[in-house]
Amino acid sequence: MDVIGKSVIRKEAADKVTGRAKYTNDFQSIEMLSCKMVISPYGHAKIVNIDTSKAWKVPGVIAIIAGKRYPLTGEAIRDRPPIAVDKVRYHGEPVALVVAETPSQAKTAADLIKVQYELLPVVNSPAQAFQKDAPLVHERLGEYKLEADSYPVPGTNIATHYKIRKGNMEKGWSESETVVEASFSFAPSDHAAMETRCATAEIVPDGNIMITTSSQAPFMVKRLIADYFGEDMGKIIVRTPLVGGAYGGKASVQLEVLAYLASKEVGGRPVKLLNTREEDIITSACHIGLDATVKLGVDRSGKIRAAEIRYLWDGGAYSDKAVDVSRSGAVDCTGPYDVENLWCDSYCMYTNHPYAAPFRGFSHSELSFAIERTMDLLAQKLNMDPFELRYINAIQPGDTTPTRVKLNKSNVGNLRKCIEKVKELFKWEEGAIKEIDDRFIRVKGVSCSWKTSTIDTDAPSGVILTFNRDGSINLMSGVVEIGTGTKTILAQILAERMRMDVDNIHVRMEVDTQTTPEHWKTVASRGTFMGGRAVLRAAEDAINQLKEIAACALRAPKDDLEVANSRVFLRDDPSIGLHFKDICYGFKYPNGQTIGQQVIGRGSYILRHLTHLDPETGAGKPGPEWTVAAYGVEIEFDKRDYTYRLIKACTVVDVGNVMNEKAAEGQVMGAMSMGLAFAGRETFYFDELGRVLNPQLRTYRPLRYGENPEYLVGFVKTPQLDGPYGARGLGEHGLMGMPGALGNALSIASGVSLHHLPLIPELIWRAKEAVK
Amino acid sequence: MRRREGEETVASRTITLNINGEERNVMVRNADTLLYTLRGKLGLSGSKPGCLNGDCGACTVNVDGWPMKSCLMLAVEAEGKKVMTIEGLRNAPIQQAFVKEFAFQCGYCTPGFIMNCHALLEQHPNADDKTIKEWLESNICRCTSYIEIEKAVKSVLRGHSGGS
Repeated sequence: MDVIGKSVIRKEAADKVTGRAKYTNDFQSIEMLSCKMVISPYGHAKIVNIDTSKAWKVPGVIAIIAGKRYPLTGEAIRDRPPIAVDKVRYHGEPVALVVAETPSQAKTAADLIKVQYELLPVVNSPAQAFQKDAPLVHERLGEYKLEADSYPVPGTNIATHYKIRKGNMEKGWSESETVVEASFSFAPSDHAAMETRCATAEIVPDGNIMITTSSQAPFMVKRLIADYFGEDMGKIIVRTPLVGGAYGGKASVQLEVLAYLASKEVGGRPVKLLNTREEDIITSACHIGLDATVKLGVDRSGKIRAAEIRYLWDGGAYSDKAVDVSRSGAVDCTGPYDVENLWCDSYCMYTNHPYAAPFRGFSHSELSFAIERTMDLLAQKLNMDPFELRYINAIQPGDTTPTRVKLNKSNVGNLRKCIEKVKELFKWEEGAIKEIDDRFIRVKGVSCSWKTSTIDTDAPSGVILTFNRDGSINLMSGVVEIGTGTKTILAQILAERMRMDVDNIHVRMEVDTQTTPEHWKTVASRGTFMGGRAVLRAAEDAINQLKEIAACALRAPKDDLEVANSRVFLRDDPSIGLHFKDICYGFKYPNGQTIGQQVIGRGSYILRHLTHLDPETGAGKPGPEWTVAAYGVEIEFDKRDYTYRLIKACTVVDVGNVMNEKAAEGQVMGAMSMGLAFAGRETFYFDELGRVLNPQLRTYRPLRYGENPEYLVGFVKTPQLDGPYGARGLGEHGLMGMPGALGNALSIASGVSLHHLPLIPELIWRAKEAVK
Repeated sequence: MRRREGEETVASRTITLNINGEERNVMVRNADTLLYTLRGKLGLSGSKPGCLNGDCGACTVNVDGWPMKSCLMLAVEAEGKKVMTIEGLRNAPIQQAFVKEFAFQCGYCTPGFIMNCHALLEQHPNADDKTIKEWLESNICRCTSYIEIEKAVKSVLRGHSGGS
């Protein structure tokens, strides 16, 4: 391998360190109007009256949209009016839009819109939503349009209920000698990408709808707007430049719809809608919360015989992607362990909270906290090394997943190897607990995780290769560059396959749904896997065409030709051959006659054999492969005031193969950082009216420089035979084990079992007080 | 400029700003922030809005040698001062170091971080860990682990002490 695995510098590196890299909000034109939202100040309230009269008097105001009924939007369930009518269901929900000439005019006018509300009882947690007498978030749940795989229960707050029924529970419990049951919960939080979401829309006279958006799903924007509003799909052209961080949060489609409606309201003039930080945190989709109960039974040897699990996901006011998150949570509900007898109910609940988008890990970091804390409780009860308990239960080839997919050496990684390697890196043999003095103690906590990617069964990825006349190649893929460096990795895959210099491959960073082949969505750690397969196929296609032209020009059979270093040449005499530049636009003989044609490589890929899940048992194939990982977190705990310092965080993940070493390490370390912040400090604080009290980066605090621990990263390489050069998904896994490992470390250190996130000193103090 | 009678309650005037070594005349409202002016009036979009209240540091520029969050400074306050934005920073060692150490992913916080790091390195070419932390904790990066940024800064520090 010449290029795969090398730390190739990212293709957009120079732009990013010089301020030239452009994101959606960096595109501005003189005629572009500014749109501002009016948002709900309450979690649940009836809209009694909206008075826009004062706002209309502000100079520069061109349109105000309020109280207008549009088709309902949403993904699995069409339950969301783009702009609230009748009532508001969460704090931050858009209630009106103002379009004005400048941002300050739009803001002035928006502030002058007076909305009269009548408060309604608030559903403030999924557990509350689940109670029989809970107020209803959606009274007309039975009337909504549904996609396949969603099962709302009218008359309740259940947006969807997924069931996993596997094995024989009676048998499982009778074989269990030790049983542990525990409950866990945490409120929603946020992705907090540094680029707040932004969308612009313009409807040009020929009817084309031009949208630019900071999105992970530009092709979904096209499909949904066509579907919601009956527009011709081909007339919707969605452009996505570089995206300033996404982590799942930009997979939901929201501002694009509002910008489109705003532009329509002003005769198609270009309109920009940019979230403030506060709107980005509460108005746009957030990170899902969870109430979980886990019951595990093990036999004398520590082998899990039965598991009963209930997840109540806090989908928030609208189901959007939360239905899929709940489904994903059911699919991998046990964590990476072999469980023969399994009963799981995964409910997507409506509450009066901001609604949930995917979040890096897509249900797995969340369920992993519940499972991994329970595993540690079990290890304590059995008096067993926590890694040992995980090791003997580790999922392996030959086992079946909760949805009964039979695993083999390719479609699941090697968890036992990950555990062994983490123990080594993390110096596990030195012990989990080290007393520093009377006050400080250092403790190591551990965890494991796994994940498959539950994406649409027909999700495509496409690639087009064109040539420049110097023989260099342009690579166009619908993968969005959200920061993961995937487009550089696609170039590496192409360079490897063509055996050429990666510098001679030019990558188009921007996606445009009219000219870039579709990549379903840049989510679920699928960019490298699916985009990479499409690149390989496109390379094959281009090589075939190049060889055909060269075969004719060289008067040699195609089968005798090889490709390397941007040349096609004879296998037994590489000196006889032609450079790409002489054949990529056909071969021209000295007399001018030309044979062949412009070479355009095309490739596409769809994951094979994915199915829907059986609604009664959950049986089905939800994803292509399971990436596994093992983790450790070491903290120094202050027994006096329950504060702690992060010392080390460690992840070993079975990546199949490393495509770009520094990029891979960066993905894993960055994910650990985000996971530790989620576990240790990030949450929405709600009041009794369902208001988020901390929608700012000074009260909602991601990790800052110097607050980070030392990071240790290790890779196990069990090739996924279908992946490009054996690669598995990678982008999410560093995050998934952090809440469990940190929770386990702090539970040991504090001597009290911790069941909530974020793990702040006050939470530990409360838990200590409760058992006094 | 599109303006109407009574459009603004806040007064506007033309000021001269020294940006990246050039004198630029620009019409601003007294309430316009430096960030808004740089991006909206001068086309310098390298400085990024992230929070508009000083929490995130994505809009950091250099004013008379010091890092300044341009969302917290009015354009009129920058009169008579030397402002450097990321667009004015060419081939600085810290830019190369960021590339080499993979000290960015999505790149959105990068201009602000680089402007902060650059000022730090100019003011404290031998900065110790404590000083580096004091300076850099004012910016947020959501993608990297900060270890990459630390490595980038330190690689330039060493260069300074070894080279001069």
